[in-house]
Amino acid sequence: MQTIQPEYREREAEQARGTLADGTESARADSAVLIAEATRAYTDRRGNRVQALDGLSLHAARGEVLAVVGPSGCGKTTLLELICGLQEPDSGRVACDPAVLMPQRDLLLPWLSALDNAALALRIAGDSRARARDGARALFAELGLAGFERARPHELSGGMRQRVAFLRTLLSGKPLLCLDEPFGALDAITRQEMHEWLTGALARAPRTVVLVTHDVEEAIVLADRVAILSPRPGRVVAELCVELPRTSAARERTGEAVTALRQRALRALGEGAGRTTSTRCREASANDNGTDSRDGAPNWGHPR
Amino acid sequence: MRRRILRVLPPALLALALIGTWEAYVDAGSVNPIVLPAPHAIAAAMWNNAGLLAANLELTAQEVGLGILLALLFGFALGVLIHLSPALRRAVYPLAVGSQAVPVALIGVLLVFWWGFGVLPKLFVIVLICFFPVVVTTVDGLASVDPDQLKLLRTLGASRWQALRLGELPAALPAALSGARIALAVGVIGAYIAETSTATSGPYAGLGHQIVADINGLQTPRAYAAAVVLFVFAIACFYTLALAERLLAPWAHTPRGENR
Repeated sequence: MQTIQPEYREREAEQARGTLADGTESARADSAVLIAEATRAYTDRRGNRVQALDGLSLHAARGEVLAVVGPSGCGKTTLLELICGLQEPDSGRVACDPAVLMPQRDLLLPWLSALDNAALALRIAGDSRARARDGARALFAELGLAGFERARPHELSGGMRQRVAFLRTLLSGKPLLCLDEPFGALDAITRQEMHEWLTGALARAPRTVVLVTHDVEEAIVLADRVAILSPRPGRVVAELCVELPRTSAARERTGEAVTALRQRALRALGEGAGRTTSTRCREASANDNGTDSRDGAPNWGHPR
Repeated sequence: MRRRILRVLPPALLALALIGTWEAYVDAGSVNPIVLPAPHAIAAAMWNNAGLLAANLELTAQEVGLGILLALLFGFALGVLIHLSPALRRAVYPLAVGSQAVPVALIGVLLVFWWGFGVLPKLFVIVLICFFPVVVTTVDGLASVDPDQLKLLRTLGASRWQALRLGELPAALPAALSGARIALAVGVIGAYIAETSTATSGPYAGLGHQIVADINGLQTPRAYAAAVVLFVFAIACFYTLALAERLLAPWAHTPRGENR
């Protein structure tokens, strides 16, 4: 295992996207996320060496919603920062589509209006303030935020702030969304609303999503596949395929299918400490799990 | 209306009590009026010398206004540069701290030798005295930005400059403005030091200069009158800036919770 140099990593990313200049078809041309044997340690405030990830391998197909579930402090945030390129692995390979992070807290800028917060990525891309606002306005209304364009973040409810933060993430135009416990701070009713709303938003504008959560039920309700991490140092101990259509009817929380999956996931989480061998999904499952939202999913290239 | 009275009442009562005590203390003969004039004598001196005080205030106000403005610009710019460059921080920070220990009287003659009897040496002294709190608060404000916020801006594609402009500078503004308020409060005494340590040509030399001249000429009531003008001027400046702060960085004053 070797430390990945930036250029090498770039090449890996191209390979993963299947867009290598010489036209080589990579084995994982449809991968939005490809992590192989990634290891990452950091030094905490007391100067202790903490092994966050240890030989973690993970893969997500384009258009797939992958949930990552694990006990607190299992290196989930480190994993997302690797995917977003905010950190480099100590060893192993990380090759991902351009990714945008939606952090645990909404981190809206208090001096900007809700609409300007949502349009932040457009302004960063070089749009004028007015153009960025126009670009965000349509989706803003679609998310039920109409009338709150000029409100400051502190005037919005928790659910609304989260929607603004999600809109900001979406408008970055990146093909891969990394959501770090996005609904963890919300009350149960608001969270359920947000789940339905997220499913709808992804049906309209399909993206690859890596959703980190500690809520097994949330993972099953939202994702196509659930990867279960061990306690720190994190590695994938099990993968579950949620072979249900992405509709709230098919994923009724109290329904048989969801309950059964939840039990399997909780068992895997419980065994995670003991490091059982992984029960991997079939590779092809991403294409035949009955979700129609993937049909006709666009071939996400690099945004430029 | 009633609420407004209640707001003005405590400071007015406190001022009256202080002035009353002062008057009684001097009138009782406890102290020579040349050492400490009574408030009524100071008021009379103010009335009789209104023209002189106004002319001197005009000069001092110009020095303070321009000096503070330069100090804010210089302090803020230096704070941003120190934030951006660790090397610059190591190089400049000790010097900035040391600059606060330089006795102005020591360099006053040199400043006049370089820049003459005009306003320039005074501005230099005021900037020297006032820039420091702005640098410190700006650097701290910039450093206190949530690291997660910067990570977020990075994944949204922001360059270093954009992260600074969209994230760090607005976040640091309230702290920098607090520094500006400290600078302003020090700025008035800075003008006094500037006027008394660098010579001035012309009929008026500012309130600070006048105070020293009047003390030497045993015109204590007029010196106190000038001090009162400086006192009121400092308070006015401070609240003007506080008002500007509310306009520039209203988010820093939004109460948490619903009681708006």
